[in-house]
Amino acid sequence: MRSKSFSIADLVRKQIFIPIAALLLLALFNLIADPSFYKISFGYNSAGNPVLTGYLMTILDYGSEVAILAIGMTLVTAASGGQDISVGAAIAIAGSVILRVLVGRGGSGPMQRPVILAFLVAVLVAMIFGAFNGVLVAWFRIQPMVATLILYTAGRSIAAWINNNELPIVTDESFTYFGGFIPGIPIPTPFFIVIICGILIFCALKFTNLRLYTQAVGINESSSRLNGLNPEFIKFLSFVILGVCVAVVALIKVSRISTINYSVIAKDIEMDAILAVALGGNALGGGKFNMTASILGAYVIQFLTTTLYKFNVSADALPAYKAVVIIALVVLSAPTVREKISSLTKKSRPAVKGVS
Amino acid sequence: MKKKILSLMLASTMVVGLVGCGGSDESASTSAPADTATEAPAPAADDAAAEEEAPAADDAAAEEEAPADDAAAPSGDLIKVGIINNDPNESGYRTANDRDLKEHFSAENGYDASFAYSLKNDEQITAAQKFIADGVDYLLLSAADTAGWDSVLQDAKDAGIEVILFDRTIDASEDLYAASIVSDMEKEGETAVNWLKDQGLSEYNIIHIQGVMGSAAQKGRSGAVDAAVASDGWNLVVQQTAEWNAEKAQQIVQSVIDAGTPFNVIYAENDDMAKGAVAALDKANISHGVGKDVIVMGFDCNKWALQELLDQNWNYDGQCNPFQASYIEDVIKKLEAGEDIGEKTIIMDEKGFDATTITADDVESYGI
Amino acid sequence: MKEKSVLEMRGIYKSFPGVRALQDVDFTLCEGEVHALMGENGAGKSTLIKVLTGVYEKDGGEIFIKGMDQAAVIRSPQDAQRLGISTVYQEITLCPNLSVAENMYIGRGSGQTQNWKKMNADANKILRALDIPAEATQQLSTCSIAIQQMVAIARAVDMDCKVLILDEPTSSLDDNEVAKLFGLMRDLRKRGVGIIFVTHFLDQVYEICDKITVLRDGKLVGEYVIEDLPRVQLVSKMLGKELDDMSDIKSEAQEYHGPGANSYVFEASGLQSNAGIKPFDFYIKRGEVNGFTGLLGSGRSECVRAIFGADRVIGGTVRKDGKEVKIKAPIDAMKQGIAYLPEDRKIDGIIGDLSVRDNIILAAQVLKGFFKPFSKAEAEKFADEYIKLLEVKTASADTPIKSLSGGNQQKVILGRWLLTHPDYLILDEPTRGIDVGTKIEIQKLVLKLASEGMSVTFISSETDEMLRTCSRLVVMRDRKVVGELSGDELTQNMIMSTIAGGETDNA
Repeated sequence: MRSKSFSIADLVRKQIFIPIAALLLLALFNLIADPSFYKISFGYNSAGNPVLTGYLMTILDYGSEVAILAIGMTLVTAASGGQDISVGAAIAIAGSVILRVLVGRGGSGPMQRPVILAFLVAVLVAMIFGAFNGVLVAWFRIQPMVATLILYTAGRSIAAWINNNELPIVTDESFTYFGGFIPGIPIPTPFFIVIICGILIFCALKFTNLRLYTQAVGINESSSRLNGLNPEFIKFLSFVILGVCVAVVALIKVSRISTINYSVIAKDIEMDAILAVALGGNALGGGKFNMTASILGAYVIQFLTTTLYKFNVSADALPAYKAVVIIALVVLSAPTVREKISSLTKKSRPAVKGVS
Repeated sequence: MKKKILSLMLASTMVVGLVGCGGSDESASTSAPADTATEAPAPAADDAAAEEEAPAADDAAAEEEAPADDAAAPSGDLIKVGIINNDPNESGYRTANDRDLKEHFSAENGYDASFAYSLKNDEQITAAQKFIADGVDYLLLSAADTAGWDSVLQDAKDAGIEVILFDRTIDASEDLYAASIVSDMEKEGETAVNWLKDQGLSEYNIIHIQGVMGSAAQKGRSGAVDAAVASDGWNLVVQQTAEWNAEKAQQIVQSVIDAGTPFNVIYAENDDMAKGAVAALDKANISHGVGKDVIVMGFDCNKWALQELLDQNWNYDGQCNPFQASYIEDVIKKLEAGEDIGEKTIIMDEKGFDATTITADDVESYGI
Repeated sequence: MKEKSVLEMRGIYKSFPGVRALQDVDFTLCEGEVHALMGENGAGKSTLIKVLTGVYEKDGGEIFIKGMDQAAVIRSPQDAQRLGISTVYQEITLCPNLSVAENMYIGRGSGQTQNWKKMNADANKILRALDIPAEATQQLSTCSIAIQQMVAIARAVDMDCKVLILDEPTSSLDDNEVAKLFGLMRDLRKRGVGIIFVTHFLDQVYEICDKITVLRDGKLVGEYVIEDLPRVQLVSKMLGKELDDMSDIKSEAQEYHGPGANSYVFEASGLQSNAGIKPFDFYIKRGEVNGFTGLLGSGRSECVRAIFGADRVIGGTVRKDGKEVKIKAPIDAMKQGIAYLPEDRKIDGIIGDLSVRDNIILAAQVLKGFFKPFSKAEAEKFADEYIKLLEVKTASADTPIKSLSGGNQQKVILGRWLLTHPDYLILDEPTRGIDVGTKIEIQKLVLKLASEGMSVTFISSETDEMLRTCSRLVVMRDRKVVGELSGDELTQNMIMSTIAGGETDNA
C-alpha cells in the first residue's frame, strides 16, 4: 500500500507529468463537450490523394511546426538559460531563401531547382543566423532575449529584401507535399518530418554527449569549464541547431501556401515554441531538460488552439484564452505546487507508520 | 585573424544596434558617423539600426541620386516631396503601392522624393517633422494611426507645406490637408455582396474570414456582409478574424471542415486568406470555383489571385486600388497651377472581377 | 520546560525520500550558553537546524521556546525569526548586489528600509560596535567573504534574537577574524543569548563552547558538558569508532619506489596567469605529495589554477613528463593527465542539478569525447565503484548532487577526478567544511595514491593537515612564492615564520 501511494507522488514529481496531464485534461474536456471531436474520416483531396481528416489530424499537422522548433528551443534554453525570440523572423528568412532558390528573385511559376537544394541553402542560411545569435550570446554574453531581439526586429525586412519585396509563388503540385500530403499517404507530411527530427535529436542525445554537456553548461558554467568543456561553444551549438529546426519549419510553412507573406508568416511562433518548452516542465533558467516533454508540450498547445477554433473562439481572442490555460499549467508545474500535490497524495503515510 | 574580423564586425553591429535601440535624440547625432563607419562590413546592421529608413529606401535614394543630378541640371528645380508610408513588407498591396509611388515620383518626372516607412504612428510623426525641417514642398502621408496628427500637420501648414493624405484618413480638421485620396471600403464590400446576391444561390452558408479587427478594410468589407445576413437571411457558418494571415485562415476553414458543417461560400477579406482557405478545401477535396461546390471570394486583386480567377478556381476578387500616385500627381499639378481641386476627399475607382468575365488583359493591368 | 532553557526540541523526526535524516532527536539549549552541535557529514546537524529555522517542516516531535505555553509552530524562516531564532549559514545567503545596510535590513518589514539615511546610520552603528570593517553603503560583493560572513552575523545579532545559530561561520575566516567573532559570541552569551555553534574545528569547540550535543546517522548520541568530554572521545563518539592516531598517518604510508620514481612529472617555469600572481617556478616528482601554503588570498589557489589552465595563462613554459606542452584551457591539462579539484565546491565543482552519477563521470566523459558517450551500464559501474570506494552517503546514484551534504559532494568530485586516472592530482582545499572522519579519509587516500605513483599537490588552510600529508611545501605571500620547505623544516613554527617572513619587519 505504501509503495502505491508513493508512486503517485513520484509521478507528480516527474517532469513529463505536466504535459501529459494537460493533454489528458484537454482530451477529457473535448470528450465531454463533443465526442465527435475524435472522428477521423477518410477521403481524397482535390489532387486525388487519400487523406485522413479530422481534428486529431489537424493537431498532428499544425502542432508539428511548434514541435520541431521546441526541439531547438529546448536546447537553447537549457544551455543558455534564455530564449531565442527571433525564430519567427528567421523562418521568414529561411522561407524566403527557399522560394528565391526555387523560382528566382520575384519570379513565379514552376520550380527551377530541386527542393532539396533550396532546403539545404535555407538550412545553411538559418544556421548562419543562428550562429550570429549564438556568437552574441556565447562570446559577447548578451542576454539571449536581447541578443535575438536584433534579428527579431530586422529579420522580416531581410526576408523581404531577399526576394526584392516580391511574392514568389511556386506552382508545382509537388512542392505542396511538405506541408500537405504525399500522394498515397493519408497522414500529413509534417508529422513524418517531426518523427524524423525526433529520431535525429534522440539519436544525437543518445549517441553523443549533447545532453550531458548542455545540461552541465546550463547548470554551472564555471564548473563545466573546469571539467574541460567549452561552454561558449556548447551555447553556440545550441543556437545553430535551432537554426536547422527553423529551416525545417520554414519549408513546411512555405509549402503549405506555396508562397510567403513576410510580415505574417510564423508570426508569434516563438512564443508558442517557448511555451512548449515551459509546458514541458523545463526550467526556463536553463539546466536539466526533457526533450519528449517539450515536444508533447508543443502538441498540447496545438490541441488547445484547435479546441478553441472548434468552439469558434475568434482568432484575436485566442492568445487570451491560451494565456489563461498556460498560467494554470505553469502554476501547476511550479515545484512548490507539485510538492504540495505530492504531499497531499501521501498524507496518510505518517499516521500508518505511527501505528506500526 | 578570421576570428578577429568576425568579432570586429559583430562589435560594430552591436554598436549600431544599440544606437538604434536607444533611438533618442542624443543618440541620433552619434548614429550617423557610426553608420558610415560600419556600412561596408556589416550590411545587416544597417537594416537593424535604420528602422525608419527601410533598405529599399536606401536603394532608391542611391539609385535615383545619380539621374537626379542629370535631370536637375536642365529643368532647374525639382518638386520636393516627402512620402510617409507603411512598411512595404506589410502586404502585397503595400508593396504595389510603394512601387507605384516610386515610379511616379521619380527625378525623370520632376520630383525629388524622400521616403520614410513605419507601422508606428510616433515614428511616422518623427519622420514628418524631419521632412518639415528639410523643407519639402509636399508631404504625402499614409498614417499608421488616425489620431495624433493635429500639431505636426499644423506645423506643416505654418511652414507652407501642402499635405496630401493617401490610402488612409486621419482624425484632423480638413483645413490641415489639401486632399485625401482613399478607397471606399464600404463600397468595395457592397459591390462584392451585391455580386454574391446576384449569384442567386438557393441558400447561403458563408464562411466569413475577417482581417485584423477594427481596420478600415475589415470594417468596410464586413459591414456589407453583416447587413446582408440581417436582411436576406444568409447563414454565417463561421465569422472569424484570421488577421490577414493565410495560415490562420487555413486553420479556420479546416476547423469547419473537421466539424462537418456544410458551407458553400468563402468570403475572405483579402487574397492571402482566400488562398489559405482554398488550401484547406483542396486538402478535403471540396471543389471550388466557377460552377463548383464552393464560391471563393477575395479582395485586393493580386496578380496571382486574378490568375486563379482566370483559371476559374476562384469566383470573385474585389479591387482595392493601390495606385494612388496618379491621383496624387493630379492634385499636385492642380496646386502648382493654382487651380481649385474641388472636393477634398477623392475616392478612387475600384472594380470587382468575376471569374466568368475576367480577361488576361485585366490580370495584367489590374493585378498588383 | 526546564528553568533556564530557551529552546527544547523533543523527539524530532524528519525523513526525505529514501533517507531518514532525523530520528527521535532531542536538543536543549540554555540561556547564555554556547552549545556545539557536532557530527559527521550527513549526521543530521543541518537538517536539525533547518527544521528549527522552518526551512523544512518536521515529520514529528515538538519544539518549545521560552516564554510560550505550548509547542511552537515553525513553518517558515519568518516564523522562526518572529520567535527570536536567527541563523547565519555556512554559505553566504545575502544578496551580493545590494549594499551592506540593505542586506542587514532587507525583509525585516519594519518600514525601516524606507528611510535610507536612518538605515545607513543604524547599520554603521552596529558595524562599528562589532568592529566590522565595512561601510553601510558599500556593495556587499565588494567585501571579502569573511566580512560578508560578519555582516550576516551583524544582521542576525541586530534582530534581538534569543537563539542564534551559527552554521560553520568560521570556515572562511582567518584567525584574527575568528577571534573577533568569538569576542562577539562571548558578549552575546553574557546578554543571555543561547548560541548553537556548528563547526568542524575541534579547537574552536574547546575554546568557546559550554556544552556539546553529538549526532550520528540522524540519531542523538548524547549531550555533554565540555569538561567531561576530551577531544579523542568526542571524535570517537562522532565516528562511532575509536579514532586512529591522527598524527601517525604519514608514517604508515609507503613511499613510492616504482618505475619513474624521482622523475619530474610536471615542471613550470615563469608561469603566470591573468589572476594577478607573480611568475613562479614549480615542479613535482612522481609519487610526491607537495603543497602550496600561505594565508587566505596569498595566491596559492591562483597558482594551481594557472597550472590547470583554469585562469588565462599569460606567460611561462610548462613541461609534462619532460616534454614541453601548451596548456591554454582545462581540457589541455586534462589531456595531459592533470586533474584539479577546485577550492569552491559550490561554484566550480558540483553541477548541482545533475545526478551523482553524471557528476562522477563528467570529466572522464569529456576526455573520452563528444561522440563517445559511456553506455548506461558503464556509467552505472563507474558511479557505483566510486560511491563505494569513497563511501559516499547518497540515497542512490540518481540523486541530484546538490541534495548531498558538503563532505559527500566533495567525495563525488574527488571520485570524478580519480575516474580520469590522472597522474597528477591537484586538490585545492579538499577538506574545507567537512567532518573530521572524512578529512582523515581524504588525507589517507592522498598518501595511498601517492604510494601508488600518483603525484599530488595539496592545499589546505589547516597547517597540520599539510604537515601530515606533504613532503614539500611551497610558501606563498602576497601572490608570490617566498620559500620552499621540506624534510626537517616542515614544522608549524617554520611555516609560520616563512609566511610571516619580512612582513614583521615592515610592520
